[in-house]
Amino acid sequence: MASSKRNKEVKPEAVNQYRRGFLTRLGLTTATAVTSVSAHGAWSGKTMEDGFADFFQQHYQRMTAEELQETLRRIERKAKQQHGVRISCVDTPPLDGVVFGYAINVSKCKGYRDCVEACLEENNLAPDIRYISVLELDEGSMNLELADRYYEHEEVPVEGKFYMPVQCMQCDNPPCVKACPVNATWKESDGIVVIDYDWCIGCRYCMAACPYSARFFNWTQPELPAERINTNTNYLGNRPRPAGVVEKCHFCTQRTRMGRQPACQEACPTGARIFGNLLDPKSEIRYVLENKGVFRLKEDLGTEPKFWYFSDR
Amino acid sequence: MALLNFLRDVIRELFRGPLVYWVWILFLWVIIAVGGWSYIGQLNEGLIVTNMSNQVSWGFYISNFTFLVGVAAAAVMLVIPAYIFDRKDIRDVVLLGDTMAVTAVIMAMLFVTVDIGRPDRIWHMIPVIGSFNFPSSLLAWDVVVLIGYLLLNIGISFFLLFNHYTGSETKLKTYLPFIVLAIFWAISIHTVTAFLYSANTGRPFWHNALLAPRFISSAFSSGPAFAIIILQFVRSVANYPVRQSAIDTLAITMTVALQITLFFVVAELFTDFYFEGAHAASAHYLFFGLHGASKLTPWIWSALILLLIAVTILTIHSLRHNMVLLNIACILTIIGIWIEKGMGLVIPGYIPTPLGEIFEYLPSMTEIEVSLGIWAIGLLIFTLLAKAGMAIERGKLRLHDDSEISERV
Repeated sequence: MASSKRNKEVKPEAVNQYRRGFLTRLGLTTATAVTSVSAHGAWSGKTMEDGFADFFQQHYQRMTAEELQETLRRIERKAKQQHGVRISCVDTPPLDGVVFGYAINVSKCKGYRDCVEACLEENNLAPDIRYISVLELDEGSMNLELADRYYEHEEVPVEGKFYMPVQCMQCDNPPCVKACPVNATWKESDGIVVIDYDWCIGCRYCMAACPYSARFFNWTQPELPAERINTNTNYLGNRPRPAGVVEKCHFCTQRTRMGRQPACQEACPTGARIFGNLLDPKSEIRYVLENKGVFRLKEDLGTEPKFWYFSDR
Repeated sequence: MALLNFLRDVIRELFRGPLVYWVWILFLWVIIAVGGWSYIGQLNEGLIVTNMSNQVSWGFYISNFTFLVGVAAAAVMLVIPAYIFDRKDIRDVVLLGDTMAVTAVIMAMLFVTVDIGRPDRIWHMIPVIGSFNFPSSLLAWDVVVLIGYLLLNIGISFFLLFNHYTGSETKLKTYLPFIVLAIFWAISIHTVTAFLYSANTGRPFWHNALLAPRFISSAFSSGPAFAIIILQFVRSVANYPVRQSAIDTLAITMTVALQITLFFVVAELFTDFYFEGAHAASAHYLFFGLHGASKLTPWIWSALILLLIAVTILTIHSLRHNMVLLNIACILTIIGIWIEKGMGLVIPGYIPTPLGEIFEYLPSMTEIEVSLGIWAIGLLIFTLLAKAGMAIERGKLRLHDDSEISERV
């Protein structure tokens, strides 16, 4: 396991190359860009009715049951037009009596980044977005400035290093929710901070507010190769996102609200990831919180993350 | 009916002017067209045509926005002496200050508009129809105070100009409450804009109680600097009567504000660097570079040097009274504060990221072109408003004593 190459992380340089490449493909002059884009623009292949419905779509929390169903069907139609794939998009409301929490066993994490890979496939991530960053740190220091998040080694773990995955902490006191000027992001009853991608105006104030760099912006229409699209999607989770909106880890609402584990937890080969219901006294996550020396990242900020770290050593 | 005449006469006035006027207007329209073309490209391709990234998610647009809110707020440096200290010489030119405020607020709003990813969804901000996160979100606060300030300034200016046009007397008593409100409101727009940044607990560079005072003091140096140049300009080009004492007062205001601004910079540098910790990483990046990344360092040092030269000129009486030197000080201050309260404030907040990543930013061509377009829109708005306003103030535009006036009475 340790000898396999795991360097699928995207470097910012690579992202920029990707971005430039994208521009070149569009033809560098604005004139050609305008024409070539308008061929795939907001209106192409869409009926006038869908276009209007898109524009006037209500906030998720304000939609009636029928409006929500119509919206979900429209999202499926749009995915077919835009990505050529027939997806199913459902609504997955939070479960009663559940508040999700996550804990990472830092001593077990070997930096393989299987979680990163599984996440991007499960959640239909654009090429320049990774919900999980695995930070490679020198043993004996937690100075994040010295962390390497784009490590490319023949073999991990590297002697003298330890690995710390970071993703959205689903804060119980989330600064991003407070920041959003239009209530496009909020905390649900199961503690997950979600985003209505169709309500977000793309001001990116939440990204400034987040102390964990957990939020990502769709700088252009995400390019998703049809064969890689996960067709089991939900509204607040992994459905294909439009351009110009913010997204982030949502604890795989499309899975966890159906009683499954998040993709990153399932993918982890070392068992470093413990995910479960904080309200269930018999859950593994509760065992960890009660019996291990746990800590949270930047706890001093008062954001109350529902994401813990611990170590067996 | 007087209103229709007013609008008709104003529009006539705007279409009347020497060749230079038309060349200037045409020049601005050319730049606006270039900026507009770039913006269309950005609308089609997305914000990917900017150099912003997930690491540095606000850039040149929001930097200009921040600077311009300060310019808008600084109009109060004309309003306070004009009305509170009852300075006749300044009251003669106070409308130009209001015009500057209106222009700067419109420009600030345009800069926010071009920055957002989904301008088609801007209606989500309208209360009731949309969903407005007020009073929780500081961005919502900023929208409220900016729109309020814009309406207040348009209202006051229109009231004064219209009464002047119809020849009716304006009693200070009737509109003084609005003036006082506008004074407090002016301070509030820049304070709220500072709070927009200092609200972010995860960004130590911004999360700082000195930020709002720094915003106000720097705005009160760059705003009067603009006003001094504008007043001289209208005096020489449009032969508008501007008394030297008005300019002198602005120069003194600017001097003190710039001295305080630089004192605040020193206070911040001391706190950051006497015993340097993680909270100083962004300041270290800005002033000295961090782990080899130092794209902003030349910017901030140029700004500081420009401001130091300006404050030296301003502080020494004989130098300040030399109009050439005063103008140099004004231009240096405007550029210096534009860097310091723009790129120098916004970008380091993102470097390093809260997770310690260092990813640098400089604006792309699209960002520069769109921004130039907005500056040209601002200059155009100012030119038109000021031209009409001055014509009315000087009595060039008057409601003629015809049938309509008797109808009105």
